[in-house]
Amino acid sequence: MKLRARQPYTGIPRWVSGLAVLSALVVVLPLVAIVARVNWANFIPLVTSESALDALGLSLRTSAASTLLCIVLGVPLALVLARGSFPFQRLLRSLVLLPLVLPPVVGGLALLYTFGRQGLLGGALQVLGIQIAFSTTAVVLAQTFVALPFLVVSLEGALRIGGQKYEAVAATLGAPPGVVFRRVTLPLILPGLASGAVLSFARSLGEFGATLTFAGSLQGVTRTLPLEIYLQRETDPDAAVALSLVLVAVAVAVVALAYGRPGGLQRQGPAPWGGSSRRPTTPGAAGGTVR
Amino acid sequence: MGRFFPAPDDAGCRGRDGPVSFSFQAAVAQRDFDVSLALGPTETVAVMGPNGAGKSTLLSTIAGLVRPDTGRAELNGRTLFHLGSGIHQWTPPHRRGTALLAQEPLLFPHLTAADNVAFGPRSAGVPPRKAKERALQWLAEVEAEALAGRRPAGLSGGQAQRVAVARALAADPGLLLLDEPMAALDIHSAPLLRRLLKRVLADRPAIIVTHDVLDALVLADRVVVLENGRIAEDGPTRQVLERPRSPFAAGLAGLNFVTGTLTASGIRTAGGQGIAPDLEIAGHLEEPGEAGQAGAAGLPGAAVFPPSAVSVFLTDAHGSPRNSFPVQVTELEPHGDQIRVRGGGLAADITPAASAELGLAPGIRAHFVIKSAAVSIYAT
Amino acid sequence: MKRGVTTAVAALVLAAGLAGCAGSSAPAGSAGTSSDDAATTLTVFAAASLKSSFTELAETFEAQHPGTRVSLSFAGSSDLATQITQGAPADVFASADTKNMDKVTVAGLAEGEPRVFATNTLAIAVPAGNPARVTGFQDLARDGLRLVTCAKQVPCGAAAATVADKAGVTLRPVSEENAVTDVLGKVTSGEADAGLVYVTDVKSAGGRVDSIPFPEAGAAVNSYPIAALSGAKNQEAAKAFINLVLGSDGQQVLAKAGFGAGGQ
Repeated sequence: MKLRARQPYTGIPRWVSGLAVLSALVVVLPLVAIVARVNWANFIPLVTSESALDALGLSLRTSAASTLLCIVLGVPLALVLARGSFPFQRLLRSLVLLPLVLPPVVGGLALLYTFGRQGLLGGALQVLGIQIAFSTTAVVLAQTFVALPFLVVSLEGALRIGGQKYEAVAATLGAPPGVVFRRVTLPLILPGLASGAVLSFARSLGEFGATLTFAGSLQGVTRTLPLEIYLQRETDPDAAVALSLVLVAVAVAVVALAYGRPGGLQRQGPAPWGGSSRRPTTPGAAGGTVR
Repeated sequence: MGRFFPAPDDAGCRGRDGPVSFSFQAAVAQRDFDVSLALGPTETVAVMGPNGAGKSTLLSTIAGLVRPDTGRAELNGRTLFHLGSGIHQWTPPHRRGTALLAQEPLLFPHLTAADNVAFGPRSAGVPPRKAKERALQWLAEVEAEALAGRRPAGLSGGQAQRVAVARALAADPGLLLLDEPMAALDIHSAPLLRRLLKRVLADRPAIIVTHDVLDALVLADRVVVLENGRIAEDGPTRQVLERPRSPFAAGLAGLNFVTGTLTASGIRTAGGQGIAPDLEIAGHLEEPGEAGQAGAAGLPGAAVFPPSAVSVFLTDAHGSPRNSFPVQVTELEPHGDQIRVRGGGLAADITPAASAELGLAPGIRAHFVIKSAAVSIYAT
Repeated sequence: MKRGVTTAVAALVLAAGLAGCAGSSAPAGSAGTSSDDAATTLTVFAAASLKSSFTELAETFEAQHPGTRVSLSFAGSSDLATQITQGAPADVFASADTKNMDKVTVAGLAEGEPRVFATNTLAIAVPAGNPARVTGFQDLARDGLRLVTCAKQVPCGAAAATVADKAGVTLRPVSEENAVTDVLGKVTSGEADAGLVYVTDVKSAGGRVDSIPFPEAGAAVNSYPIAALSGAKNQEAAKAFINLVLGSDGQQVLAKAGFGAGGQ
């Protein structure tokens, strides 16, 4: 690794670079393997079969819906977690992040015992005539459950970096909380919100376990792309591989959309004029004080 | 060298006994903060003090960003808060009319300069067009109308702070709070902004937290020195700087400050803070009462004198022994075209030639001799 | 020196990755099990529905063959078949259907003809107490009844389709699951009013579901074939295990779990 002209000194040891290459391979190689296995001759028919298109359409629709739900529910939650102060706040934060580490099947079971017929809310929902299990709503709920932490985490990060200085100034300028939220907080966290939404969408798109456990699997209703891939694998590995590639492509497109732009989503830091460089301002500059 | 700073404009001084538009008293136990303060209708008060003295707490409490345990504040007849046993009145920040200008401009990065300035009027319900007009007027007032369309990221520190001043003023605050507004500016931008602030603060009440004695001199009618969450000193700028009653204020004014007990001809040092005890400093008592200087003897007091009134000798063979302090030189530093010599808790200014002649260096034993004519003594 | 080590590690990991990749097309031998205890370990890949029966039979086998340990791996038949064709080191394969066994025999990995050792038929599973009052196969087409079946792509779903076809009933399940265990799960949790599963599944679920037998089930009898694998390091033990399964001891255990006798 020669220092190229104009490239500043990085200070990265060679073995670190080596391991970095290795870690990139860990991610890239399996993707390459998928591409290598694609039956290109039949690719188009495979991914445009009725069941495949149903699954793709369902996946996109439900992921969009759950992302929207994540935003509606996640923004207030992140705000309260980042800026509020109430008992059991830390506990709540840990609990909210739980779906990140929970096996999806556990998530599915938890949802089942919440919204299912015999679940916590099952009775109430039945009275209202709402059946969630085996419906597209169940898919959206499962996706929201697993994707919400992604939105909350990235938003909370943005909120913490920004601090509350702008909000405080806005308030002293006469803006009531609602106006501060709409005209100051929201625009400031927009980059964090966008990246959080993208992550949530991507996570929703890949959601499998909770959906399988909670929502079931029926073409056009609850069988999302991952479930379709899982099913196709039983009989038609070529179709499964082709659909996997479609899912990978959609995911890559989404992530690229979010992170690919130069500077995209990275504007979360303090403003560039960043006046936090406080000049040393001790009164001792003046003179012979006895202190 | 009788005056060590330019005399403030007496005509602008409204004192603390005039009409009051803002009164404040608050205690925050957690921060060991207990301060009361009042301002006249057009008075500007400089709040100074060491780091952690409670200056920011004061501003935050006034602005409504910190809730005191007990206290009461009123601005133009409206209660900002009244908290005590059984009483709980609280006006949220946005209804207080106390605009805050911080060290950082904190312009909303997603809005143009004009929209930033229009933020206050818009929040008050002024229609967009009208608010924009008003914003442009205020931008013109701070000589920043050319920046109207720019985003904060494209402004220099000084430009951004000017826009921030316009934004604060556009909100038409009843009381303007300034938290070290010049601290983050470079040496070229600070004087510009100071001049601007002098103009806009002339006819409105304001509290400015600053570390710079120049801000106090130029902008403030009164100086309040905070120490450890309490007011250590409060008086007209000139008086505080000329006759400091706290080591901090003396430091601001660049004066030596020695506490002790008044005697018939001066002061007997109490010792401490690096100064040897039981030394006599002769000087003239300021504002002697009916009993005269002799009558004040025994009261606690302070001796104040500029470093230029202190001479340095290697032996004590010179001058009156009463005003001679044996010291060990601890520090030498350039100070203007003089050399400032520190030792024994005091500072002396001598010429570089004299310093060289004496062969001064840290660690050397010397004698500081104070010209008694330049020593002000007063009861504290 | 340090660099050498790093490079070596990188090369090793890379090589392992590439080998795994290539393995998909060429079913090479082992994928990294230690061969030391292969002489004393018999690895059996069995369909998930065989879990309780084969666990019991493995204990019997170990008692009869001291020094031989039986290592059992349970999963869906298609998963197991895929693993075997990708080179997983198994000695015996017991599939829940002939189709997945065929994948293994077609690849030339089975030693001799697979033999059917058990059969399984469908049953209607309903939540305990049968809240939806299902009495027979015709009821499954009832409006508003929440039926869950396997997807047609998996054996239990194919069987359900066959039975429905023969009976002239149109099933409209609310969910078509990938595995029979998923169907059972929906029934035990009470989400579904009825599910089409195998008799053995109902047995294994204990009292949490009730079973409603129906005569139409005879239209789809599922056969379980078993075969030793050509890659087996321990052919004798593999054959002995298969004989145990086919013998009276094995058949007794399987019958207890609800399996029908194998036609051989």
